Amino acid sequence: MEKFETHELDVLVIGAGGAGLRAAIEASTQGVSVGLVCKSLLGKAHTVMAEGGIAAALAHVDPQDGWETHFCDTMKGGSFLNHWRMAQIHAQESPDRVRELEQWGALFDRTTDGRILQRAFGGHTWKRLAHVGDRTGLEMIRTLQDRGVHQGIEVCMECTITRLLKDGDRIAGAIGYWRESGRFVVFKAKAVVIATGGVGKAYRITSNSWEYTADGQALAYLAGAELMDMEFVQFHPTGMVWPPGVMGILVTEGVRGEGGILRNANGERFMWKYLPEARRHEYAETEEEARRWLDASVEGTQTDARRPPELSTRDNVARAIYTEVREGRGTPHGGAFLDISYLPADRVKRKLPSMYHQFLELADVDITRQPMEVGPTTHYIMGGIRVDPDTAAATVPGLFAAGEAAAGLHGANRLGGNSLSDLVVFGRRAGAAAADYAKQLPAAPRVDDGEVQAEAHDLLAPFERSQGETPYDVHRALQECMDRHVGIFRVQEDLERGLSELEKIKQRAAGARVEGSRLYHPGWHLVRDLRNLIIVSEAITRSALLRKESRGAHSRLDYPNQDTGLGKVNLCVAKVGEDMRVSTAPTPEMPAELKALFEPVKEKVG
Amino acid sequence: MSVEHGGGEALLHVYRGDASGGQEVEYRVPVEPGMVILDAIHWIQAHHAPDLAVRWNCKAAKCGSCSAEVNGKPALMCKSRMDHFPAGKPITVRPMKTFPIIKDLVTDVSWNYEINKRIPPFSPRPGASWRWQQSDVDRVQEFRKCIECFLCQDVCHVLRTHELKHQFAGPRFFVRVAGLEMHPMDGEDRTRYLKDHAGIGLCNITKCCTEVCPENIAITDNAIIPLKERVVDRFYDPLRILWDKATGKS
Repeated sequence: MEKFETHELDVLVIGAGGAGLRAAIEASTQGVSVGLVCKSLLGKAHTVMAEGGIAAALAHVDPQDGWETHFCDTMKGGSFLNHWRMAQIHAQESPDRVRELEQWGALFDRTTDGRILQRAFGGHTWKRLAHVGDRTGLEMIRTLQDRGVHQGIEVCMECTITRLLKDGDRIAGAIGYWRESGRFVVFKAKAVVIATGGVGKAYRITSNSWEYTADGQALAYLAGAELMDMEFVQFHPTGMVWPPGVMGILVTEGVRGEGGILRNANGERFMWKYLPEARRHEYAETEEEARRWLDASVEGTQTDARRPPELSTRDNVARAIYTEVREGRGTPHGGAFLDISYLPADRVKRKLPSMYHQFLELADVDITRQPMEVGPTTHYIMGGIRVDPDTAAATVPGLFAAGEAAAGLHGANRLGGNSLSDLVVFGRRAGAAAADYAKQLPAAPRVDDGEVQAEAHDLLAPFERSQGETPYDVHRALQECMDRHVGIFRVQEDLERGLSELEKIKQRAAGARVEGSRLYHPGWHLVRDLRNLIIVSEAITRSALLRKESRGAHSRLDYPNQDTGLGKVNLCVAKVGEDMRVSTAPTPEMPAELKALFEPVKEKVG
Repeated sequence: MSVEHGGGEALLHVYRGDASGGQEVEYRVPVEPGMVILDAIHWIQAHHAPDLAVRWNCKAAKCGSCSAEVNGKPALMCKSRMDHFPAGKPITVRPMKTFPIIKDLVTDVSWNYEINKRIPPFSPRPGASWRWQQSDVDRVQEFRKCIECFLCQDVCHVLRTHELKHQFAGPRFFVRVAGLEMHPMDGEDRTRYLKDHAGIGLCNITKCCTEVCPENIAITDNAIIPLKERVVDRFYDPLRILWDKATGKS
């Protein structure tokens, strides 16, 4: 029987992006022992790639802004499938979390009167995104990382958690392996916070890194927790489409926030065609009005001009580009043109420095002189672990989740900028609630040695097989299946075909084989990632089949309209025996005072 | 494997090995337009060597994970375009030399994280106003562009050739300290740390670090030299030494 390195903790935080770091900082502040585990080196998590900004109603640039408008924008953007309470907490607390980052050393871009500058983004009524050029995520993760390190938090880098351990119904810890040595490690913990991010590696064209393999969602699901809203996968409208090696890499929405114009191959500014009727009045009617809005934005002055149509919500812009390409008006490499070259070159370089370098160095395109080519890319999942809005507690005692891994804040579609604020608002709450839970637990839960041994045995199986295919081939098959059948536009037939293909892929993954030693072996690691990706792919597909309507990021060609009944339910996924069950849960009723916020808005504008 | 776009084939010599030793192994990789070294490494993983160890995350020069030495030069693999290397000649890809190898292209960079812990943290001056102009922070924002790829540490000969890791923090952390020292709100004095613990005097400003920085941070000119000046002003100014002696401060 193999002996395992064992750590005993009050709170184990899995994932060291913005949410995990903020959770660990909070739990540690509450005086409990905290361990922070991450698959990469510290500071490389997906947060570092966030570009455009962090949404918070600071009202520094547009004094009309307030948490109420941010709340309404978030709910509307999410087609009202969001948990109202999460949207409320998020809108109310994000300004404090941004100020807190500043007090911890973050240096946001400034207004002319010396305060934090804010920029426009899709779906946000006012200029709301605090930012640092187009590297806001880097500023945020570095600030949190240094804060956490100096607070003395123990960080286990390059460590992958493969299973949560339970004592009866409660969380008792987790088991994983060190990537470097391949040795196993057990964390005995009273509470676990999942902050592992998203699932993008289920798709081939994605802005996500190798880390985004649905670990947290799958760990929670296997431990008996419920997932929710899994059908809602965000396809970011602007990923790079060329050259092939960088296909899918993110082009920040900040380009559109700073005035980027979308055109098809015929030179037509097509976004006007795709504005939803109900929200058309919020956008500029003419090129001239859009330009006036931009000029005011650049000068930092107030204007009555409305924002350009490119600043529609992400779901809508992604579908628009996809449709233009499908109908034959795509660019040479199958995307749309995104043009910011009409602005002064020094402004473009100052506001979008990493985009400038990214295109120049990787695609030979100088964005101060030429348009970019962009197309939709898998970017984010609105769904995730079902949590209590105030405490981030999952449906298993002792388990908490925050950030992209959790569901509820974004509903059917996330607004840009609401992710970075999500991380710090709910990361902090999850850390506090987990610490609280750990303190109140009378005795440390017991770890079942049999469970640990079984997992270790399972993990080593790919080395034992005398035949079987490489996990890379199975991964490729999975990504092609999800791209083809469960992508941006969905129909019953495709989804059913996807589901039956997933069944075969599951068999193939179960027989995948690797050779060599356990020392830093990416192929071996991928075998475990595949288990997680397949679970979540199945959850996405099954939920997408049941949601027979189009809402937010979920577009069914066979059900193009919204369905009133389905607009009042969230779909929940749970493991029942060996089967995956999808059930409906009514969306919580919004209190009257919040409902009232949606009524006077039109009168204010008019 | 058919080669699309007539891109041809590239020859890569990739270091394979661990702490016990290793050697370069040759791989032939089909070339696509715009391909970078990291794409080639991924292709090798998927087709020939599933156990080939490499770090990477963003694939867009934002995270600083995929540092290596390509044809002998420290570089991010995600930014190293295949078409920038002479056609027909093998491209060598080796791990960073300054850090102990773990396996293949992955090195043990944990020393950097230990150094970071020892830097006196950000300490805002009490009672100061949190308002400042953009021009007040342009310089510090340059330092905060650092993606911690550690290529500057890899190329720095104080670390690479003289192996003075126990005495010298390295360019990355001078950039970090400069970001703290020039932060408009910070009230901490890190000159003693720079002199006694970070060993800034060992840097003889050859600017190798600046040359390899993928974020184009002017490490030597904008971070190290001003910090050296602060240390000199604080500890080696003869008038100050006399003054400190006279007032009993030294």
